[in-house]
Order: sequence, then C-alpha cells, then structure tokens
Amino acid sequence: MGHRKTSGGPRSCGGPLAVLAYLIRRLFAAAVMLVVIILVVFCIFFLVPKWAGVDIASSFVGKQADPASVAAVREKLGLSDPIFVQVWHFFKGIFVGRTYAAGGDVTHCAAPCFGYSFRTEQDVWPVLTDRFPVTLGLALGAAVLWLVFGVAAGVLSALKRGSLWDRGAMVIALSGVSLPIYFTGLLSLAIFSYGLGWIDGKYVPLTDSFSGWLGGMILPWVTLAFLYAAMYARITRATMLEILGEDYIRTARAKGLKEQVVIGKHAMRSTMTPILTMLGMDLGALIGGAILTETTFSLPGLGQAVLNAIKTQDLPIILGVTLITSLAVLIANLVVDVLYAVIDPRVRLT
Amino acid sequence: MTELSKSGAAVGEPTSTSPAPTSFLEVRDLKVHFPTDDGLVKSVDGLSFTLEKGKTLGIVGESGSGKSVTSLGIMGLHTAGQYGKRKARISGEIWLDGTELLSADPDEVRKLRGREMSMIFQDPLSALHPYYTIGQQIVEAYRIHHDVDKKTAKKRAVEMLDRVGIPQPDKRVDNYPHEFSGGMRQRAMIAMSLVNNPELLIADEPTTALDVTVQAQILDLIRDLQKEFGSAVIIITHDLGVVAELADDILVMYGGRCVERGPADKVFYEPRHPYTWGLLGSMPRLDREQQERLIPVKGSPPSLINIPSGCAFNPRCPYADVPKDNVTRTVRPELAEVGSRHWAACHMTQEQRERIWTEEIAPKL
Repeated sequence: MGHRKTSGGPRSCGGPLAVLAYLIRRLFAAAVMLVVIILVVFCIFFLVPKWAGVDIASSFVGKQADPASVAAVREKLGLSDPIFVQVWHFFKGIFVGRTYAAGGDVTHCAAPCFGYSFRTEQDVWPVLTDRFPVTLGLALGAAVLWLVFGVAAGVLSALKRGSLWDRGAMVIALSGVSLPIYFTGLLSLAIFSYGLGWIDGKYVPLTDSFSGWLGGMILPWVTLAFLYAAMYARITRATMLEILGEDYIRTARAKGLKEQVVIGKHAMRSTMTPILTMLGMDLGALIGGAILTETTFSLPGLGQAVLNAIKTQDLPIILGVTLITSLAVLIANLVVDVLYAVIDPRVRLT
Repeated sequence: MTELSKSGAAVGEPTSTSPAPTSFLEVRDLKVHFPTDDGLVKSVDGLSFTLEKGKTLGIVGESGSGKSVTSLGIMGLHTAGQYGKRKARISGEIWLDGTELLSADPDEVRKLRGREMSMIFQDPLSALHPYYTIGQQIVEAYRIHHDVDKKTAKKRAVEMLDRVGIPQPDKRVDNYPHEFSGGMRQRAMIAMSLVNNPELLIADEPTTALDVTVQAQILDLIRDLQKEFGSAVIIITHDLGVVAELADDILVMYGGRCVERGPADKVFYEPRHPYTWGLLGSMPRLDREQQERLIPVKGSPPSLINIPSGCAFNPRCPYADVPKDNVTRTVRPELAEVGSRHWAACHMTQEQRERIWTEEIAPKL
C-alpha cells in the first residue's frame, strides 16, 4: 500500500511506508538523544565534581590512593586539558576506543570504551558485558510473567467489576505494590529454598545449563513480577473500564459482534497503548539494574556490580553502568515507540 | 412472562397474552428503568408505536426524554456487555418482523443486530474505532453476517462507500477515521450500517454533531438510501426541522412517554398537545416572515426519578390552569385519538385544544 504517498491524493498513514518514515524519524531522534545522554553523563562525572572542587583523579583511583598513582591517573585522564578536549576524548573513547598514557605508562581501552577501572586494572566494558545478560534475562523473564498475569487479572477485574474476584484481585494487587522486594524476595527464599528445598536458588549461567538457569531465575522472576503485575493489573483494569464506556465499543456491539470479539479485539487494542508506555519505561529502568532483586537473590547482574562499585568507590564502573542504563532506557523507548505506531495509526503522523 | 425473566426484574403488567403483531416493527408498552442509588430512573415508561417497511418514524423530544434509551432498547444494547453495572429493567414487547426481541435468546438478538436492524450514532468520530481503517470496520461488519472472504467483503465496502458518496472510495477505504472530515465520517458510518441491507435503520441524532451545510446532505442521503433499500427508518432528533424533511410519522416524547403521535403533517399543522406547540414555537423558521423572537418552553425537563403524578408536562404547561371538567389532576392523561391515526395525551378537551391552537398558537407561528 506504499504507493499512495503521492501529493494531491488522499493523505494516508496506513501503509508500511508511513511506519518506516516514522521509524526513521524516531531513530534520528534517538541518535540525538544518545549524544545528549553522553554529554550529560560527562557533566555529572567530570564537570560537576570539578566545580564542586572535588579531586576527580583521587575518586577515580579509589579509596586510600597514594599520591603518585593519583597524579598518574590525573595525567592519564587528561584532567588538566581544556573541557572541550576532555569531552572529545570521552566521545572518541566510546566510539573508537582511547589510550590512557602517562609518561611511559600506556593503557589502551578498546572501543567501546566505557572507562577503565584503575582500581581493578581492567576495562569497564567487559565487566558490563559479563553482567548484562544476567540483568537482561531477569528483566525480560519477569516482564513476560507480569504482562501475562497482570493484564489478564486487570481485564478480568474490569469485566467482573464489583465482584468478589475483582475485590480480591485488587487487594492482592495493592499488597503487591506495597510490599518491598526485600520482603517478598526473602520470604520466597525462606519458603521455597530453605524451607521446602524445592529450589536451589543459586545462579547458573544460561550457557552452562538451561534447567539450572531456570531454577535460579524462577524466584527472582516471580518476586519481581509480583510487584509489577500488581501495578499492571491496576492500570489495565482502569483503562479497560474507561474503554468499555467508549462509543466505538457500542458500535462494535451494534454491528452484531460477539462479546468475546468486542472485548478481545476492539477493547484490548485500545487498552494496549498505556500498558506499552509503562512497559517501555519499566523495562528500561530494570535493565539498568534491579539492585534490590539482584542483591536479595545474589544475582551477578549490573545492579550488583553498581552496588559493589559504590561500596568500593570504583567510579569508572558506576560511570559505565550509568551509560549503559541510559542506553537501555533509550532502546526500550525506541521499541515502544515503534510498537505504538503499529497499534495506533494516529501516532504515525507525529 | 418469559421475556421478563430474561430481561431482568419484571416491571408493569405481564403481556404474554397479546396477539402477534401485523406491523413490521411494533413496540408495545416498552419500559426501560435504571436502578440507581438515588432511585429508579424511569427513562422510558410505557411507549408503544408501530412502523412499516419503507416508512420513516421521527422520534422528537428534548434531552432526557428517553429517545436514545428507546433506540438502544430496540437494538438490545442495554443488556449486552453491561459489566458490573446494575442491570436495566426492561419490559414490554418489541416485535421485529414477527420476532419478539425482549424474550428472544440474547445471541439470536445479536445475530439480528447489524443484519436486520442497524444504527447510526450521533458522533461518528467517537463511534468509529480510531485504530482500524474505515475499510477494516466495514469489512468486519459485513463478514459477521456473510460468510465471504476478505477480498469480496472489501469490494463490498468500496461499493458501499461509493454509494454513500465518498469520492475515490477505492483509496479512501484504507484511510483511518481521523483522516476523514465529519460529514465523510458520518457517510462512512452510514455505509457501515447499511452494508448488510438491514430492514430497520435507527439514526440517533445523525446530524447533531455535523456542520449545518453537511446536515442537509446527510439527511438527503438517508432519504435516498431508504427509497433504494425500502427499509424502515427511525430517526431520533431534538430538531423538528430534521423530521419535517424526512418523517412520515412523528412521535413526540416527554418524560419517557409519548405525548403525541401521528402523521407528520398532522403533528405539524394540527398539533394537539401543548408540548408540541412549545416545540413548534421554539423552532426557527426560514420560510416565514421574521418573528419577533422564538418562544421557549419554560422550565426544565422533569426528573425521571420523581415524575410528577398526573400529567408530566403540567408544571411547565402554559395551559395548566385552563378549567377542565371531570378530570382528576393526579391521574396521568392517556393517549386518546384526536384524528385519523393521530393521538395525543392531554387533560384538556379536544375542543379546548382546537380553539387554543387555531386562535392563540397558530397565528403566532
């Protein structure tokens, strides 16, 4: 249907071409956003401390640094260079890698250089890539669970508004929203791992054993999904109730459509929009590290890495996680924006 | 009583003994009541009328008089999908082409919706799904009742869009509702409701949300299509000008009941109810010398929870004080024949009303 993008004819936002044009606009916007994010992160880690009079070099070296290594790091990071040069090196590092040099001491950081930990003497990027799959698996698995159960519970509650089921589900949802992860997580560990002994509870990488990975992830997934499913159930219920009052739902019934189709097709399609919006933000934030969940279940993910880095004042790791988190939010929102355009034709024009 | 058990609690008299109807559409003593926290809202409280194929009935009344509730009642949309809400109490009989709808199986009524009877709504923008193309929505409406593939149904959709006067229908069929203008949207809505050749078309304020210049086009379209398809049409409006153009019969509603019913020219030229006089007096006319001002009906519509005993229009009636013989004021006036196929519900005698109309009302209009 892409042939209809000619001027003069009826304007259309129906075809895949319109979606493609929209996608290109979004990608461009995302690229601009990426540059802005890198600049902001640079400001947070290099400019603000400088203005505040903090010695950046010593915080990059870590606790109890000797003056000689602080001086070396200062020179390696080029902290006495003009700001623009520093920004340029920071940028260049991310895209083509950079070399830290102080006298004869040369450290190369390959692209994408998200920083170099002078404390552990290694690039930050491999640390991130080691831990990223753990966090990604946690977030995606939990998302599938909470979408299935949260949305289903919300729809059923809306259709049986005021019933015992509705009230019961909403009470459970309220408790899900209110109970913190470190309570529900520890409770689930106490019952299923230590009490009943059903689940070992240790993290096993997916590449080692699929069933082991599942066994290690099931409790974190359920714990995390419980919190989010509760929120999604409430949003779904409220949205569905609003949509059911729309005129076009009445039209669908007036056509003679079966009630299952009225709900499953016409009402669900509209209900998806706010759910997708939430999903984009939540997934992005979670990929940046579910600190509480990862700590509770000892999962070696990004959240745990950043927590350890904060404890040991390993600033480059914190910087790297900050960058990758921003990137995750950016990508998640990009995906949601595209899905949005697929669902709602009116979005394709903007 | 069978129809009452299916449609919620019983209201009013059992009607199982009444004979099968002879008209295409016959509504008998229809009552639609909604239980609320404040009391029972009697939106429609004993409405009866008949309609033949090829004829148009105009239902006129102000907001809250029960016009739309009546039409949704005929379509069976008060009972379909009312999740968690308190059920409307519906009683009476609705005979459509020999089938009584209120006692019928809800799934049978669903199959009649869209095929035997269909509806056009007031605001075509909100009545069309924003996420589906016009074509997808018409194709869906056609395929519910016809076992055809999508291609055939789409051809039919294009044909219908062409029939309702949408230019370049083969291209517009892939547009979304928000890409149509208001008038075009209503045309598309009409195309969708006529795609299955329904015998009964209910148009609920079809022109209210539209531009004045487009209103006449839409009304012409409805009239032409009715001639072509020979369906029965109910047109619901608060605008007497609309029904003057289209309707064969007019039913004037007030407070959930019919106060006057008859052939259109009778209701326009020999109205026999003070409320109809009020509606006529408040209607702007271009075909007359400029009037000094429009005469509004004073006061506001009655609460449908506490409908005044006696005549519901009494508190607003300018002739409430006209002396009436042998009438108990707390008794509700029933429809009485005032001419051939012409009924009105008023406590005044025929002679009193004839005199008031010819001497006081008609000269001022």
